[in-house]
Amino acid sequence: MSKVPQFDALSFGENALKLRSYRHEVLGSNLSNADTPGFKARDIDFAKSLENELKRQNHTGMMPMAVTTPGHYQFVASVQNNPQMLYRVPNQPSIDGNTVDPDIELSEFSKNALMMQASISFLTGTIKSRMSALTGQPG
Amino acid sequence: MSLINTFNIGASGMSAQSLRLNTIASNIANAESASGPDGRTYRAHRVVFSSVPQADAPGSGVAVTNVVESNAPLRREYRPGHPKADSNGYVDMPNVNPVEEMVDMISASRSYQTNVQMMNVTRQLLLATLDLGK
Repeated sequence: MSKVPQFDALSFGENALKLRSYRHEVLGSNLSNADTPGFKARDIDFAKSLENELKRQNHTGMMPMAVTTPGHYQFVASVQNNPQMLYRVPNQPSIDGNTVDPDIELSEFSKNALMMQASISFLTGTIKSRMSALTGQPG
Repeated sequence: MSLINTFNIGASGMSAQSLRLNTIASNIANAESASGPDGRTYRAHRVVFSSVPQADAPGSGVAVTNVVESNAPLRREYRPGHPKADSNGYVDMPNVNPVEEMVDMISASRSYQTNVQMMNVTRQLLLATLDLGK
């Protein structure tokens, strides 16, 4: 029996969804602080963070559980590693030191929300196909 | 959880912006108030925003840390019949600039709307997450 791959669609989807909701909060906080003097807009590099998280779970920081019987799966408990927070480079300087450009933030926010919806539908598809494999009934 | 935190952030933004709208309303309403409860001429109020980091979360909320009085010079008007007029017939009127207040009001209401929109999107995402796998 072949081993269950560690980065199947489920764990990939889970990590993507976690990062999307993380970024959702960061961008939401930028939008809320659009009028706060001295506030610096933050963001994360989604692709890089996801890659790092998947790599980390694959190689380092693994917390393997004891495998005492051949029937046990290798279980990797993930330790939440927060993605690196970056600063947005402002297009235009502002007199109060705030670097939030509401137009950019809103478009990034909407894009991120859309991508999150997409991740959710992919995950739903995966769950549905696994359910149909388990029950032997279509979708 | 990030999505719930976004609600808190949006709510803090909304309450900060509504406080800002409140002070603007007060400024516009008192644009001609030559005297207040303490006998002083009304001065335009300004809110001071600051970001409040959330516990164990990447985002920050907004809070109004202070409401300060504008130190712009008072408007002097010649009104000899006014009870608050000085010996030369001049009255100190509030330093409220209605144009400035209207611009500030539009900015505040737009920011409020952005927060509402943000919370709506967050709500949709949360509901979609709850329906995961269905």
